[in-house]
Amino acid sequence: MTTAEEETAREAASGEGAVAFPQSRTCPYHPPAAYDPLREDRPLSRVTLWDGREVWLVSGHRTARALLADQRFSTDSTRPDFPIPTERAAPLRRRRRAALLGWDDPEHNAQRRLLIPSFSLKRTDGLRPRIQATVDRLIDAMEAAGPPAELVEDFALPVPSIVICDLLGIPYEDHAFFEEQSRRLLRGPTAEDTEDALARLEEYLGALVDGKRTTPGEGVLDDLVARQAAEGGPDRQELVQLATILLVAGHETTANMISLGTYTLLNHPERLARLRADPGLLPAAVEELLRFLSIADGMLRVAREDVETDGEVIRAGDGVVFSTSLINRDGTVYAAPDTLDWDRSARHHVAFGFGIHQCLGQNLARTELEIALGTLLRRLPGLRLAAPAEEIPFKPGDTIQGMLELPVAW
Amino acid sequence: MRVAIDTDVCIGAGQCALLAPDVFTQDDDGFGTVLPGREDGGGGTLVREAARACPVRAVTLGAPAGP
Repeated sequence: MTTAEEETAREAASGEGAVAFPQSRTCPYHPPAAYDPLREDRPLSRVTLWDGREVWLVSGHRTARALLADQRFSTDSTRPDFPIPTERAAPLRRRRRAALLGWDDPEHNAQRRLLIPSFSLKRTDGLRPRIQATVDRLIDAMEAAGPPAELVEDFALPVPSIVICDLLGIPYEDHAFFEEQSRRLLRGPTAEDTEDALARLEEYLGALVDGKRTTPGEGVLDDLVARQAAEGGPDRQELVQLATILLVAGHETTANMISLGTYTLLNHPERLARLRADPGLLPAAVEELLRFLSIADGMLRVAREDVETDGEVIRAGDGVVFSTSLINRDGTVYAAPDTLDWDRSARHHVAFGFGIHQCLGQNLARTELEIALGTLLRRLPGLRLAAPAEEIPFKPGDTIQGMLELPVAW
Repeated sequence: MRVAIDTDVCIGAGQCALLAPDVFTQDDDGFGTVLPGREDGGGGTLVREAARACPVRAVTLGAPAGP
């Protein structure tokens, strides 16, 4: 394609004023209606970010899987051409990249390999009894206190928070501190908040890791410290950065899936009744909820070189956003994609991403969701919303999707 | 069919072992591996699904090995 043709193609793709990205959902479990033009017959469109920059948005499932697995795209946020979705994240992301997610191979691969054994199916499966005990204990406490309860605070957040502390070797009694800093890191509201929250988390985890040198425990972080002592790597800074992303990603995402998953189930009484009647549907239901909710809606890349796809040329330096909520509702792959359906195969959704950065903790997340949602439904058969559904607040579109509060009774 | 996993490419996502546990497992280090004796893929469509689910395309399905 010539440059002029490309411009024309881009104009056609973007139309009159590209859609702004990200935007907030109007229903917490459906993509915003404002994204509808991006869902039509094209697998990729143009959208505008907060800073006025136009980037590609991928909504097609086949294209998404191909491009997310294509290492001609980079996740290095310190590149000046990397697309950053919010103003508050810009200063930090330009200056620093997160461990794992901010690196391309081969550096990414070296970091990931340190952690793969700790997140294997066998290790995750071995955590089941402890996850079940945690879930039961929290429901005991809710029952003892009696309805109503605030499910985010009383259940959705503590379940993954306790589990990740247990797994990593972080004292759960510090949870109020790190949950608050995670919230500030992900949601600000200001750039100062995100910077300060990261500094505090790293200071905390740095001290924790130093302590493990003299008093080792049994967590993943302890293993990494031991490995560092034995083999010389990763260095302290790398270890602290890995600990930070594991802690933040390890509790925020699953907490959102539990709260939004419960809200969604309570808004689909027929689907809920069937799930209660047949707990064997639970793994399929978790997979379908992952597809349907797509809580991490906006994965980011920048092209390192020109890439041709679907009759377009993504130029070196172009930003690309992957809208998981649209990709996972591609009607050519999932029939009646806006319907929650336990009988479909939700397999091959990209809620956990695709390619080398696909979620390290995905199997832990599946296990936690199965146990948390399954036990909640089984033990509280009368579970219901304790406020009108449309009045319950949820998170804005520029962060991981989930409920801000979830008042329930039973 | 001849099923193999490129362990240099594998990122331990576990999707093969999750989808087709009769053919794939994870070794002690968390990397995907073909169960001994199941290199023929067991003839199941699940093996193709598992190959498709691999985020880094480390699962390869080839023609059967020659005589």
